Amino acid sequence: MYDVVIIGAGVTGCAIARELSRYKLNILVLEREEDVCCGTSKANSAIIHAGHDAAFGTLKAKMNVAGNAMMDELAKDLDFPFVRNGSLVLCFDEDQLPQLQELLERGRQNGVPGLRIVTGPEMKEIEPAISDEVKAFLFCPTGGIVCPFNMTVAYAENACENGVSFRFHTNVSDIRPLPDCDCWQILSDAGETFETRCIVNAAGVYADVFNNMVSSRKLTITPRRGEYQLLDKKAGSIVSHTIFQLPGKLGKGILVTPTVHGNLLVGPTAENLSDKEALNTTQAGLDEVMTKGRLSVPSLPSNLTITSFAGLRASEAGKDFVLGEAEDAPGFFNCAGIESPGLSSAPAIAVWLAGRISEKLQAPKKENFVKTRRGIPCVAQASPEQLKELLSLDPSYSNVICRCETVTEGEIVNAIRRPLGARSLDGIKRRTRAGMGRCQAGFCSPKVMEILERELSMNPLSVSKSGPGSELLTQTTRAPHTTSGGKQNETI
Amino acid sequence: MKRYDLIVIGGGPAGLAAAISAKKEGINEILILERDNELGGILNQCIHNGFGLHTFKEELTGPEYAARFIAQAEELEIPYKLQTMVLDISMSGEDKLVTAMNREDGLLRLTAKTVILAMGCRERPRGALNIPGFRPAGIYTAGTAQRLVNMDGYMPGKEVVILGSGDIGLIMARRMTLEGAKVKVVAELMPYSGGLQRNIVQCLEDFDIPLKLSHTVIDIHGKDRVTGITLAQVGPDKKPIPGTEEEIPCDTLLLSCGLIPENELSDKLGVALSGITSGPVVNESLETNIPGVFACGNVLHVHDLVDYVSEEAARAGQHAARYVQKLSGSAAEQSGAVSGKAAAASDEAAIPVLTEGGVRYTVPQMIRPSCMDDTLLLRFRVGSVFTDCVISAWLNDTCLVKMRKKKVAPGEMQQLMLKKADILAVLNPRNITIKIEEA
Amino acid sequence: MEQRNLICISCPLGCALTVTLEDGRVTGVSGNTCPRGDAYGRKEVTNPTRIVTSTVTVAGGHLPVVSVKTDRDIPKEKIDAVMDEIRRVSVSAPVRIGDIIIKNAAGTGANIIATKNIRTA
Repeated sequence: MYDVVIIGAGVTGCAIARELSRYKLNILVLEREEDVCCGTSKANSAIIHAGHDAAFGTLKAKMNVAGNAMMDELAKDLDFPFVRNGSLVLCFDEDQLPQLQELLERGRQNGVPGLRIVTGPEMKEIEPAISDEVKAFLFCPTGGIVCPFNMTVAYAENACENGVSFRFHTNVSDIRPLPDCDCWQILSDAGETFETRCIVNAAGVYADVFNNMVSSRKLTITPRRGEYQLLDKKAGSIVSHTIFQLPGKLGKGILVTPTVHGNLLVGPTAENLSDKEALNTTQAGLDEVMTKGRLSVPSLPSNLTITSFAGLRASEAGKDFVLGEAEDAPGFFNCAGIESPGLSSAPAIAVWLAGRISEKLQAPKKENFVKTRRGIPCVAQASPEQLKELLSLDPSYSNVICRCETVTEGEIVNAIRRPLGARSLDGIKRRTRAGMGRCQAGFCSPKVMEILERELSMNPLSVSKSGPGSELLTQTTRAPHTTSGGKQNETI
Repeated sequence: MKRYDLIVIGGGPAGLAAAISAKKEGINEILILERDNELGGILNQCIHNGFGLHTFKEELTGPEYAARFIAQAEELEIPYKLQTMVLDISMSGEDKLVTAMNREDGLLRLTAKTVILAMGCRERPRGALNIPGFRPAGIYTAGTAQRLVNMDGYMPGKEVVILGSGDIGLIMARRMTLEGAKVKVVAELMPYSGGLQRNIVQCLEDFDIPLKLSHTVIDIHGKDRVTGITLAQVGPDKKPIPGTEEEIPCDTLLLSCGLIPENELSDKLGVALSGITSGPVVNESLETNIPGVFACGNVLHVHDLVDYVSEEAARAGQHAARYVQKLSGSAAEQSGAVSGKAAAASDEAAIPVLTEGGVRYTVPQMIRPSCMDDTLLLRFRVGSVFTDCVISAWLNDTCLVKMRKKKVAPGEMQQLMLKKADILAVLNPRNITIKIEEA
Repeated sequence: MEQRNLICISCPLGCALTVTLEDGRVTGVSGNTCPRGDAYGRKEVTNPTRIVTSTVTVAGGHLPVVSVKTDRDIPKEKIDAVMDEIRRVSVSAPVRIGDIIIKNAAGTGANIIATKNIRTA
């Protein structure tokens, strides 16, 4: 019997696991994929929003502003990349100035610090690359950018170190109340059962399915696809701020932002779908991303895209996050409708929800909670002194595997061996950036496959991109080794 | 700290030939830095034959061709370091400071009078082609597949579609077929193939693999592993023509859509790069805008034949050696501070080499007549297919050389031989122009 | 009289050949720029041949496979039979360039020889 089972190992699920691991509780995270951070958390804008977008009083507004304020300390404690680069909301039309003013006031009401409207020559001083058509922008100094993979992995690893169990490849098929004990039974499609006092539903685009199994207050989550283009680091310094467009005639707008690793990210489109697995990009979407991105930054190059991707936002019909215990399903806690600003809100959601759950379960705090976690040493960003020290400890940090991002064997082995370690090419990529550079794993994938095979004693044919079904090799060309060991080139 | 005469970045065909020729030219303190675990570079995975017809007058496979150069380098006792990644090249006065890393030495900081850039190129990946669709396993660049099959002994798929008819794609169509895979189609966006004619014959036609020109992949299906792709015909604007879409079931998509010189190190060093070749802009000595930094092979411009790489690299090695010799000469004369400017020959203005008509680029892009050898091989590529054409080189209004060609295509590198005497004979040289005209 | 248009594969130039046949006998080759083209044209219309390159499994080497080739061109229709033999053999390191891996592969008279040096791991 578990105290809490969390369904979904995205950023909110992992954050909740970590915050709950402060308490004396028996916690399990169930994830249908092979790794953490495989759904919405892996394909989004990687933005820590300032918090001016959501209407005052909404959960989105509260959690966003609170989450944003937690980021500096959290990034330090859990050792993941976060930069407070500031964001701008561009206004292209004099007629829309009142809306920009409204945004400023809403932001102030929400408690966002430092907001101001900038006009005239100062605009280009702050961000030289923006279009001449910009009439004014809202400057938000607390806006930031983060590595969503490492943020999620960091939360998960820290939760794991504090005693939380994780089960991957586990697809929840049903949830039933257990008679007479205020408990729940969770069934997986592999026939496993898990009994628990509380459930946290952090299942992203599928959160409505699980809620609707237990509650009469039905949720409807529409997957809203967003397509992105990621540009080479050569384009990474075109802008230094995260640049939004004021929602207007052209719809919600496309953002242009540097990433914490120095690339440039442009997107997302917004398209409501019915298919919760539709992670494919489209020609129309990719075109739209660049066309609209150029409205903000006319100099966006067209030939420096290194990859494009799509993510699905979990958009709930009520337009706000759905957080807390379902009224008619005691012990079932929702964390649903976590669309933008979900990444920014995750830290605050987790603290708040962990508070509600620990209160319900009357769980005391642990004395031995470890609040910090160290990430994988990063050779590409190490100073010469740090590098020397690292190399003296482990020379495998000198063997560069991914040449585009300067990721070494040491880092890849570390990513595999650490708690909840990587098991696939994508797992390694998200943790170390191997394969994330301009050649997109052309050179390093055979080498990373070899390291995975060696470290995990895997059959080479089972090495995968992202878990079972995505195996990379289909057969060997090698002849079966003759047991006689005869040396063919001498015997014939 | 030891001061090398020459550090060669890359131990592939270009780096090997450059180092060998520099050594033969008489300089001694040479070091090759190679990131892989053996010398030979990409030739090690090019197990097909067709290499060496110019260099050795016989047809060799890639590994054999590499082995001949490796043997020469070893005979000449040229030192090299394997599994050594160069992280940075910077200037330290007029010396070049090379920062590299490997298991044995840890972090290395090496000083050299000259550097030859010979880092080769990389393949254009799916992301850069912006093919929409899912992102499953089973999408490989042709070169990655080539490595997996030829060096690791694994097949990346059973039912294959190849996008792009570059030579590696054609070679892999045959290789995968020989190993039992079904190559369903090779699709090429352009109305002509980017590969050599002989490869279309012996890699596709021999095995009845269809080549669809003016076709491209417009969608990739499959969440975990590729299950198929959508192919469509494209119009003259290279946009898909509605109604021509065709779904092809497959588990693998190979991409052979162009090579990009790997000039991230050069760029950081401040080497001026050409927007067309993506390689350094060089003069007749294959020297970049930074005195004492030379470039050759696929890092300079993408070649079709390794024989040309070897020839070009040998010239780079020669010029690097002469630079070093001039440096020590001037050092001896002045018995004082060594001047890179002295070694960088004269201050004479270089004559720019311009292109006209269908000529896309030339290497070198400028020529200092006084620094030329008696003859200079100028290499270039055209932007489209020309038949019965005349290729010519002009200095001001004087025709330097003229050549008739039955057919030239973008996939084949062209060359013209310029004579120093011809160039010196023209007064007030302004620029050299390379033209192609259909007769 | 019959004419066949071919692309010469003897070298990367890829000359466009025209081979003239009379009663199945080659009477002329044109379009070639060297004698190899002439020879290729004659052979290609009567008895087409190819060099086959592949890899063979190595035990105990610094690489798991060694590249190999037929030491002379073999009849085109024998390619599959030769590949079958290549797929079945394995050798032990060290291997030197030129080592004969299979003698008289598939009865073609061609040997399969190594094209790469493989050190003992």
